Amino acid sequence: MIEIGLGHYLSLGAIIFFLGVIGIFLNRKNVIVILMSIELILLSVNINLISFSIFSGDIVGQIFTMLILTVAAAEAAIGLAIIVIYYRNRGSIRVEDIHGMKG
Amino acid sequence: MLAHSVFFYFFSVIAIFSSLMVITSRSTINSVFFLILDFISVGCLFIMVGAEFLGMIILIVYVGAVAVLFLFVVMMLNVAEQKQSWFIGKKSTHIPIGLIVSVLILLELLVVVGGWKYKSNLMSSSSLNFSDISNTHQLGLVMYTDYILFFQLAGVILLLSMIGAILLTFRQRKGVKKQSYLNQISRNPSSSIELRNVESNKGVKIDD
Repeated sequence: MIEIGLGHYLSLGAIIFFLGVIGIFLNRKNVIVILMSIELILLSVNINLISFSIFSGDIVGQIFTMLILTVAAAEAAIGLAIIVIYYRNRGSIRVEDIHGMKG
Repeated sequence: MLAHSVFFYFFSVIAIFSSLMVITSRSTINSVFFLILDFISVGCLFIMVGAEFLGMIILIVYVGAVAVLFLFVVMMLNVAEQKQSWFIGKKSTHIPIGLIVSVLILLELLVVVGGWKYKSNLMSSSSLNFSDISNTHQLGLVMYTDYILFFQLAGVILLLSMIGAILLTFRQRKGVKKQSYLNQISRNPSSSIELRNVESNKGVKIDD
């Protein structure tokens, strides 16, 4: 309990990953919250990579964290652009209103 | 050792609480506030655990760019609030949540700055002996030599996403008069000046 090891950091990453997945599934609001849940999932992956990198003494994990961070920023920009044009065309971004593929 | 556990539990409890609030809060803008708090908590945790450069990058890129982008989109799109929620409450404004988040961020920054002198013996149990060169120096030594291809590909991904976002949101409006350089340059007097004989008391009709 008082000794913080690798398992504590992995548990933190797992909890945040779990909360992100729950946020995707239990979402009845707009699509922006789903994008935020994806950001939470990517953040938990970053926590895993950095904790492994620190506790095993290898710097390469932090480099892959930077690459994941780049991809996360690009994904947020593209996703928000798609949401903006969807709102401009349809006038709503609620999850129930998006059923163009009858899914 | 005690300092390490205190830092870890402080930041991780705030991170888990704020990520829970991201997915359950009533209005979308409160979700963005708690997303900012979550990013700052995890960034401070990275800084205290020894990955200073990544922690600062998370503070700058995630909080300064991505979360503010989310905030702009939420504010511009006039998103209606959710009717049924997990938390049944009265009509709320954004001021109390914003104040709570701001106070928590200030508290975390105070903990990071105040606990900086305990940071050197924080990771005494691990196998790290990075004391001679800093984290940023070490990251740069590996990133610009062995992983230069991935670094350049990350730049290409950012360029592609920028082009994609601009192309997606670009809109050609009708009825807007724009300057056409080609038409301006290619004018000459023979095509733009016309001489007419105007009869007396008749006038001339100019069609434009």
